[in-house]
Amino acid sequence: MSATPATRTTFVGALPAADRRRAKARAAWRRRGVVAAFLSPWLVGVTVFFGYPLVMSVYLSFTHFDNLSAPRWIGLANYRYMFHDPMIGVAVRNSLWLMAFAVPLYVLSAFGIAVLVARVKTGSGFFRTVFYLPALAPPVAATLGFVYILNPANGPINVILAHLGIQGPLWFQSPEWSKPSLVLLGIWGIGNLFIIFLAAVLDVPKHLYESAELDGTNALQRLRYVTLPTISPVILFSIVISIIAAMQYFTQAYVAANIASGQASQAGDITVNLGFPQGSTLFYPILLYNDGFRAFAMGYASAMAVLLFIAAFAVTAIILVNSRRWVHYGGAVR
Amino acid sequence: MRRITVVVLAGALLAGALALVAGCGGSTPASSTTGPAASAGPVHLTIWVGWSARELGIFKDVVAGYEKAHPNVTVAVRGSVNDDQIIAAIRGGNAPDVVSSFTSSNVGAFTTSGAWLDLGPSMEKSGVQTSLFTPATMYYTQYKDTRTALPLLADTFGLYYNKAMFAKAGITGPPKTISELVADAKKLTVRNPDGSLKVVGFDPFSGFYDGTPPMIVTYAHFFGAKYTDAQGHSILSQDPGWAALFTWQKDLVDWYGYDDLVRWQAAQGDQFSSSNSFEVGKMAMMIDGEWRVAFIAAEHPELPYGTAPGPVIDTQPGLYGSGYVNGTIIGIPKGAKNMAASWDLLRYLTTDTHALVEFSNGIRNVPSTQEALKSPELKPDANFAPFLSIFGNPQSTTTPITAAGAAYQTLIQDFAVKYEAGKIPDLHAGLVELDKQIDAQLAQAELGAGAP
Repeated sequence: MSATPATRTTFVGALPAADRRRAKARAAWRRRGVVAAFLSPWLVGVTVFFGYPLVMSVYLSFTHFDNLSAPRWIGLANYRYMFHDPMIGVAVRNSLWLMAFAVPLYVLSAFGIAVLVARVKTGSGFFRTVFYLPALAPPVAATLGFVYILNPANGPINVILAHLGIQGPLWFQSPEWSKPSLVLLGIWGIGNLFIIFLAAVLDVPKHLYESAELDGTNALQRLRYVTLPTISPVILFSIVISIIAAMQYFTQAYVAANIASGQASQAGDITVNLGFPQGSTLFYPILLYNDGFRAFAMGYASAMAVLLFIAAFAVTAIILVNSRRWVHYGGAVR
Repeated sequence: MRRITVVVLAGALLAGALALVAGCGGSTPASSTTGPAASAGPVHLTIWVGWSARELGIFKDVVAGYEKAHPNVTVAVRGSVNDDQIIAAIRGGNAPDVVSSFTSSNVGAFTTSGAWLDLGPSMEKSGVQTSLFTPATMYYTQYKDTRTALPLLADTFGLYYNKAMFAKAGITGPPKTISELVADAKKLTVRNPDGSLKVVGFDPFSGFYDGTPPMIVTYAHFFGAKYTDAQGHSILSQDPGWAALFTWQKDLVDWYGYDDLVRWQAAQGDQFSSSNSFEVGKMAMMIDGEWRVAFIAAEHPELPYGTAPGPVIDTQPGLYGSGYVNGTIIGIPKGAKNMAASWDLLRYLTTDTHALVEFSNGIRNVPSTQEALKSPELKPDANFAPFLSIFGNPQSTTTPITAAGAAYQTLIQDFAVKYEAGKIPDLHAGLVELDKQIDAQLAQAELGAGAP
């Protein structure tokens, strides 16, 4: 390792041609070995936590597997049952709702707050902390807090509304308001996305704004023609991770349904109110979990997971292909 | 670059979605069915149960009685366990020696999967006859003649009513028919000046103060509703009891006003706490299990209440006096390390008359053996007596045990919730569709099922 390139050339050059080839080959294998050694933790992780689940899920999707006894091959029966399962349609619709309404709201909220905080000259640290802090709250605790705050009978929000002569909505108790309530909870905890946007907005080169100002643009035009194109890769990233998060949405909905339905009572008991109220919070991963781990249908749940993967892959691919028209890399502004 | 991005993103998605389901599979080692006898030397057993707090303490006292009679055995009791945790433990190979579940809902799945071991050979060897127990409990602890569980006390459901509120409203006794129940519920309901509900006469809402099994199956008995025909096909659309049940539920919910009732429910305390709305006088009547007698005695002994069999559909008055029967079940999980010792503890808990009666007196569940039911040790209690009577009524019924576990109950519950909310315009057409869904679900569960 300490030999200089010149020394090595001299040493190898002194050997016969065949030996030189062998020495080069040995060196190449050593290099590969070193690379493999450095990669091995990642390779082990990918094999165990990605490759194995991937292969097993696809295999299990063709079996009857109750999670307790050995899987039995049943061909496409799990996929056929999807056409008879009354719950899956509800779950797909709810997850699509989340993608259609919650994702744009999350991205717009995080971006909007980031733009405002970026303009603050004094006390910016305080505002950054305030808007980021909710992201640190554990999802279960945050959900419990929101179910309490939005209790339609005695929650503070509805009590205040009642003082103003307004009858507040039923929030988590209403199928029309339960998903918007979850979106409110999501926007409250938008801190991670906000920080990403804030970094991107602050990173926009100042000379671009100065040039635009010299051209006589107003603030809105600078936002439209300078800020947005410059941070477009970050917008794309935010949309994609938000959509993935929407497809995997579980904890908040599961906790809210259990608490709002008054089911989190006796420890040894289990709720039967999936997606309370009226299935409005039954998202795809919740149904998948219920079928796999509680309804003894892990084979069917695996088929659902494969379907989720295909759908997620397709949606992400469409967004990425479409993004070629509006995402600008390397700071290039069209 | 973008192609790589797609692949990387796909990987992230796949890991998230698929690791959830596949990473947790696995087989457990087969357990020995011929372990050493409990008296062979020091034995340490672990038992998991669903009870918590006060009830768990009483169960531990019962177990202490077993330890006293078997000085070489120590038993560790873990409470607050539900079926999810039992399944996870069996799957992970960390199952305790004895497990119990609050309901019989999953007996079919536990049996077909081999998750709970067949108790038949041990019963035969020990001379434990099924005739020791009542017929209903013997039905819900087996699946297709394989007995993987025994009853550990039983539950029946009846009417609780507030005597002071009845007297104030001029009602002389508990309702015996559904139409009487509706009339009394309306009389007993009190509204605030702004029209919101203050006291609810009877809350029929599916999903309120519910659990496993859901309250809808308890109501189903009072309407004489049947689940399946002789071939095992779902007949909810053909049996008039179901239509009557859903119609009654929706009509009463509509009388209160759906939103008003939901708003009132949101203000109520937890079902299994001292803030239970019946216990604090915010609900005049309710259908509940016999365990509530002990809860009230512990939490609100001053409550002036009475109990009676649940009111039945007007067209079948002969059903009065009967009710829905279910209860805690107990078995030995796959992976139990000492079958003989596990069985010895299980046999004691389920057949020893003194132990059963001591436990029944403590938590006020119904004793599950014929002998314990007649035991002079059983403490008399006017409010508990109707539940003993319901349990002994030959017309009392339980729910079907299926390979799909309680999944069909979830479908029925889901239907009830939507119908009472006015989301299903055509009841009969909805029930026809529900029958198809239940049949498809059962066929799917039975596909490839069966102990290996």
